This record gives sequence, C-alpha cells and structure tokens, in this order.
Amino acid sequence: MSNRIDCDAGFVGMKNIKKTFNPGSVNEVVLFTDFNLEIPKNQFLAVVGSNGSGKTTMLNLICGSVAADSGEIRIGGRDITKLKEHQRSKFIGRVFQDPSKGTCPELTILENMALADNKGQPYGLGRGVNKKRIDYYRSRLELLHLGLEDKIHLPVSSLSGGQRQALALLICTMTPLDLLILDEHTAALDPRSSETVMELTYRLVREQNLTTLMVTHNLKYAIGYGDRLIMLHRGGIVLDVSGENKSALHTKDLTDKFNEISIEDGN
Amino acid sequence: MDIVIGLIRNVLEEGFIYGIMAVGVYITYRVLNLPDLSVDGTFPLGACVTAALIRAGVNPWCALLIAFVCGAAAGCVTGLLHVKLRITDLLSGILVMISMWSVNLAITGGSAVVQFYGRETIFTNGLAALLRGGARTWRVLIFSALVCIVVKLVLDLYLKTKSGLLLRSAGGNPQYVISLGHDPGTMKIIGLAIGNGCTALAGSVLAQQAESANIQSGTGMVVMALAAVIIGTNMFRKVRFIKATTAVIFGSILYKACLVIAMQLGLPTNYLKLLMAVIFTIALVTNDMLGSRRKKQNV
Repeated sequence: MSNRIDCDAGFVGMKNIKKTFNPGSVNEVVLFTDFNLEIPKNQFLAVVGSNGSGKTTMLNLICGSVAADSGEIRIGGRDITKLKEHQRSKFIGRVFQDPSKGTCPELTILENMALADNKGQPYGLGRGVNKKRIDYYRSRLELLHLGLEDKIHLPVSSLSGGQRQALALLICTMTPLDLLILDEHTAALDPRSSETVMELTYRLVREQNLTTLMVTHNLKYAIGYGDRLIMLHRGGIVLDVSGENKSALHTKDLTDKFNEISIEDGN
Repeated sequence: MDIVIGLIRNVLEEGFIYGIMAVGVYITYRVLNLPDLSVDGTFPLGACVTAALIRAGVNPWCALLIAFVCGAAAGCVTGLLHVKLRITDLLSGILVMISMWSVNLAITGGSAVVQFYGRETIFTNGLAALLRGGARTWRVLIFSALVCIVVKLVLDLYLKTKSGLLLRSAGGNPQYVISLGHDPGTMKIIGLAIGNGCTALAGSVLAQQAESANIQSGTGMVVMALAAVIIGTNMFRKVRFIKATTAVIFGSILYKACLVIAMQLGLPTNYLKLLMAVIFTIALVTNDMLGSRRKKQNV
C-alpha cells in the first residue's frame, strides 16, 4: 500500500496550532500547544487516540467548525485558516459518526443525490433533480449492494443507520474532493453494517485516490486500512508509522501503547 | 338556505385569504422549523402598503406584488437579526413585530384605519368587473382562491428547484447544507422572506376585500397561521397524494369554519381571540400526541 508517489508532501498541513478551551476559567483545557501535522497527497491516514486526546478537535479545526487560537491550516497550497466552515466544505468532504448528519432526512434519496451532485455550482431556480442524471445515480447506488437503487423515491428518514451512512459516504464523494474526513464514521453502526461501510470506504478512496483522514476507535480498521497511522495523546502525536512498519503492526501493539500512556498518566 | 350558502362562502373566502399566509408560514414553521412571530407585524404591513398604494392610484395587482416585496423585506430583517446577530428565533420575530407597528403608522400617515371605498381593487377591476348578476357575489371567493392557489403552485414549484431543495435541507439538517458548501443561515433568511412575503400578500388581499386597512389587523395572525399549518398537516398526513401546501389551505378553511360555527352557536365576538387560542392549543396538543418534529416543546 506504500506504492503511492508522495509528490506533494505537505498537501494538507497544520502548522503551530494552538488551541485552549474555556481560557481563563476554572474549566480551562489546554489541548494543542504547538501541533503540527502534514498529510501527503493521496495518503490514507488513520488516527487513533483515547477520549480527550484531541482527535475530534483536530478534525473540527480542519473543517472550520472550531477556530484555532493561532497557527496555520493549509490544503492543496491554499491557506484556509480564515475560511468559514461552509466555504471549506467546497473542497473538504466529511462523514460524521452520526449517520443522520450526512443527508437530509426529509428529502428522497434522489433529491439528496441531486443536491450533492450540484455541489460547487450555484443553487438557483433550475429544476432540482436532473432527470438525465437518474441513471447515473442508480449506477452509483448499485455500488453499495444495498438495493437502494430501487428506492430512490423514498425519503432518507426511512433508511437504517447503515444504509444512511453508506449513502452519506457516496454523496460525500460524488464531487471532486481535496480531503475526505471520516469522523468515527462506523462507530454508530452494528458490526455487519460497519464492515460494509468500511469496505465501501476503502473502495471509494482507492477509486478516486482521495487524500483521507480517518479517525477511528476501531484499532483493527486503523491497522487494516490506510497507508499511515498516528496515535494522538493530549494534543500531541505519540506514534506515527507508515509503510512496512505499519503493515507489521498488530492490535496488541496499539493496546500496549495505550496502556503505556495511561500508566504515564498515573491511571 | 341562502344564509347557509352565505356562511359557507364567507368561510371559504376568509379561508383562502388566510390560506395565503398559512402557506407562507408553512415554509418557516414546518420546512425550516422556525416559529416566526413577525407575521403579526407583516400582515398589517401588507394591508397598509396596499391602502397607501391604492389611494395613490396604483393598479391593485401591482399593489399585491409590492406588498409581497415589503413583507419579504421585513422577513429578511427577522432573518438577519436571527442569523447574523444570533438573536433567538422567537425574539427576532418579536422585535420585527413590534417595530412594524411604527412602520405601519408611518405608511398610513399616523391613522389606525385607512379606507379606500370605491377605489379599484383586484375584486372590482379588470376581469372581476366583467362578472355580472349572481356571479358578482362570488367574486371575492373566486379571486382570493385564485391568488391563494397561484401562491401555492409557485411555492410547490420553488420547493422542487435546487434552491428549494437546499431550503428544505436547511430545515431538516443544517449540517448537510454546510457540507454542500453553503451557509444554512442564508437559506433561513430566504425562507423568512418568503413566509413574510406571503403574509403581507394575504394582508393586501384582505385589505382589498374590506376596502380598508387596519393597523391592528395583525393581532393573532401567528396563532391563526400556525393553527392552519398544524391542523392541515396533521389531518392530511396520511393522505399521500395531497401536498402539504394544499393541506395547509384546507387547514386554514377548517379553522375559519370552526370560528364561524362557534359564532353562529352564539359565542360573543369578544371571545373570538380566546377561542382562537383554545383551538390552537387543541391543535398543538393533538399534534404532540401524534408525534411532531419539535418533540421536546411545542413551538
């Protein structure tokens, strides 16, 4: 899996990031003091870490739903530090832990896909669903092997969590992306749906050579998928492996590392 | 018999006129999940603008359009207060509702009631003037139904456009709108503009029917519109081929019918607003029992 060309080493970059929550109050939490992360183009990066290690904040900082106190965030040569969340969405795709966040429940599958298909273009007074594209949407849905291609006129609210998440993933990757963010996207699913969604993820990422950042609590997925793995702890990177070292990694190595950290913490 | 027909006609006339507002409020309350109180101020705004325009000799159909635009502008103000200044949805509505009182007085030149008897209205000019004999008694119903149905059809079409789909997403899942690279706040402002535009349009039609505008005519409009929306969408939720916008118009007619029946049974007019509140409460509670989107609290 390490046969990728790392032509653009700092495709996604976080530089000198500082972030403190509730500064000046009793609840002050200093999370990042000087956080740096570089993701090369086309790399599939898996991130693990215990609760409170800063994984979700890291994603929120990249997506723009949380602002950094200082530091710089770049994607594909652009400085996006000052952009708002919806402006960053034009080139970042995010799949959430909560399957209901990636689609609109009131709209039908077809309407959801038509909306996503239009991403990056103006949402004007033209017809919402382009009938000529329906066959294409069906062919994309067939990839999921969930039979959704026969239910395109059903509202998304009638789908199960696993079906919704698969659809969210498909919708998210319909238009070209610079970075795909997977925010514990299998955590809320049952084991079987979780496997299906993870396999689909792998297929879509490889098909489009997407630069991907996946946060997960599932160590098996973290090791099994992706080119590189990092472990976060208290706002710092405590483990960073890729290539052969990563292939040689076992779940046990990671749990040992977790235990080692908690012993350092005095737990 | 004539009395009964007269009553039914009256119910339908008012049902369609307030139905125009209810369809607009359906957009803000049901589609966007925003309880919008500015409606109480934008309804008389439509009426006052119309009165001023018609007295100045403007074509009554143009007056309708201008009333819509004025209402939409007021709706934008509610939206901006809510989205840009982060004031809660209820308070933003109240602020605009209160400020409209002064705006309306400014438009009417300080008088609470502006009359324009004998002037041309949508019920007397153009096509309406051609109606003769018995048909003349139906002209208000015909033209208020026409305006209401046109508004409904236009909104149905809009909700199927790209912008309309995005508006529906802004109500259903704002995060999804962000993912698509747009600001859900903008869609909320557009929705509030549409809702208040329709409300002002209803105010304009009512003023033209009464040939006068009353700046107090807005009191209770929120309650009336929400009741129409809730009664309509609940009664027809199981009927798949009836669109929500149609159901809302039926809701408005039904609500008016309840009020008229109560009046005919001898309820004194003074108790009208109390009755409106009671019917609304019943609608809300049954809505809650049937399971609504806003589960934790009503409105």
